[in-house]
Formats: sequence, structure tokens, C-alpha cells
Amino acid sequence: MKAKIVITPKKAVLDPQGKTVQAALEQMGHDGVKAVHVGKYLEIELEGDAEAWRPKIDEACHKLLSNPVIEDYHFTIE
Amino acid sequence: MRFAVLQFPGSNCDQDCVHVLSNVLGQQADYLWHKEESVGDADAVVVPGGFSYGDYLRTGSIAQFSPVMSAVKAFADDGGLVIGICNGFQILCESGLLPGALVRNRSLQFRCEHVYLKVPTTDSPFTREVPEGKVLRVPIAHGEGCYFADEAALASLQANGQILFQYATEAGELTDEANPNGSLLNIAGICNDGRNVCGMMPHPERASENILGGDDGRLVFEGMLRHLEAGAGVGQAAAAEA
Repeated sequence: MKAKIVITPKKAVLDPQGKTVQAALEQMGHDGVKAVHVGKYLEIELEGDAEAWRPKIDEACHKLLSNPVIEDYHFTIE
Repeated sequence: MRFAVLQFPGSNCDQDCVHVLSNVLGQQADYLWHKEESVGDADAVVVPGGFSYGDYLRTGSIAQFSPVMSAVKAFADDGGLVIGICNGFQILCESGLLPGALVRNRSLQFRCEHVYLKVPTTDSPFTREVPEGKVLRVPIAHGEGCYFADEAALASLQANGQILFQYATEAGELTDEANPNGSLLNIAGICNDGRNVCGMMPHPERASENILGGDDGRLVFEGMLRHLEAGAGVGQAAAAEA
């Protein structure tokens, strides 16, 4: 069982990495790239009950894995 | 006065801070390893720059769970003086001792250069020795120094006079060109609402002797010292009473 966590920068936060990747994609010749957001992906291998883990993973995301001032997160446990 | 200079795995400005506090200012300055659970009899705490825990996950994010940070939080809650410099500023934000966060520089470049700092208020232990209107010249060295906070937090910082240092021109004007990292409101340093915890990206410990090209940074440490000498430091007194 794994928790799969995706962390992305909040819209209001400057994302120079995303802008730079977007420019590179356009340089490659791709038209129609509206925006790029560079975030993080984490996998945490777990054992035990998925439902029991859900609130613990949520707390870990809130307190450590993401910074709620600048980032949003979502996750699945499967 | 006794200063405790924290050491995390990856701190690299700790020796500079101890040098300035002991050899330049003649104070007692001791290293405090991150596994310690007390700040001892320190009158003030310095969270130095560097790359604590390799900047893994986010700058400053892992250090907040070091045992010593619980002691620093309790010390700060009692009114003890705490200054975080560069990575120390990032750690204090991640720990919740200061509002906001530091993100990747707008340029994506690591910036290592001297900057000019406007000091909007001298009403803090960290800026009280700065002559009114003086623009400081202090170096920066960081890749993640772009200060971000939401609109409500920024408004509160402004309303309470918690912005202590802003990137400016030599004449003290806040311009976009003078902003090396994209910080909102050109913010280079702030304090908490209790005015006893300060975080700043520039390195005052690298600008405390003329032989290093200037000593404007010394005013920050001298301010802390004068504040403590005036007996306003309640951290130690409160700890003694407890």
C-alpha cells in the first residue's frame, strides 16, 4: 500500500521554474502551452489500515511534507 | 551577554556568528547542537545560515523538528531574543515563529552579492542602533530568498511595523531593480508581532568588520546587545523565575 502525494505551488506564488519550463516547451516548438507548474511527488510505503492512515498522512502533509503558506497538496492511498 | 548559536547538520555560518559575537563584540557565544533540548542560560539565540539537512524537501523544513527548536520556541514565547539569518530565517518561518515563507529566487539564480537595505523602523531590538534614515550595505547569498506571504499577512506586517529590512537602492528607494530575488514588498527581514524574533536573508555577520568591506551589519547585533543590557530581555529572567 502506498500513499501517493502531489504537492503544487499555490497560484498566487511566483513559480519561476514553471515559467522556465514553459519557455523551453515553446522553444521545442510546442504551441498552446498555457502554463506549467512544477511541484513535488512523494510515495510513502505503508502497512496497516488505509482509512486509519488517511488523517495521519493529511497531518504529515500539512505540517511537514508541504508548506500551506505556499503549496497545495492532494493524495491517494492505494 | 550569552549568545547561543545553533548548529544543524549543514549549518555553515555558525562560526562567522560566533566570531563576530565573541571576537568583535566581546560577548560570550557558544555553539548549541541541534539535539540539545534546552537553550541553557542563553540571553539570545542565533539561528545561523547554511543548508540545514541539505535543504531537503524545502529549505528549513526539517530543522523545525530538531529537539533544540522546541526549546527555541519556548524561549521565544517567553520573550527571548531570537535572530535567524538566511537559512535561519527560512527555519523560523517553517517553524511558525515568523509569518510567511521563502521561495525560489525569481531569477532561479543563487545570488551572492552586496545589497542595500532600507530600515523602515528603528523600533525593534534588531534595528534600534541603526541611525534614522541610514541605508545599510550587507551581503546576501541565497537561492531561496523570495519572501512570500498572503495579502492579509502582508497587511498585518505593514500595519504593525514588522518589516525591518527592505531591498533598496543606495539612496533607500524601493525599486524592482534593487530587489534581488522577487520578495514581496522588497522584504529582506521581518520580526514577529512581539518584536523579539527577527528573520533576515542578508548576512550581518559577514559585514561586521571594515576589513571585510563594511561593518553595517554590526548594528544589528549591537542593537540586540543594547536591548539585553537595558534589561528588556525577559527570556532568561522568565526562565529563572520558572
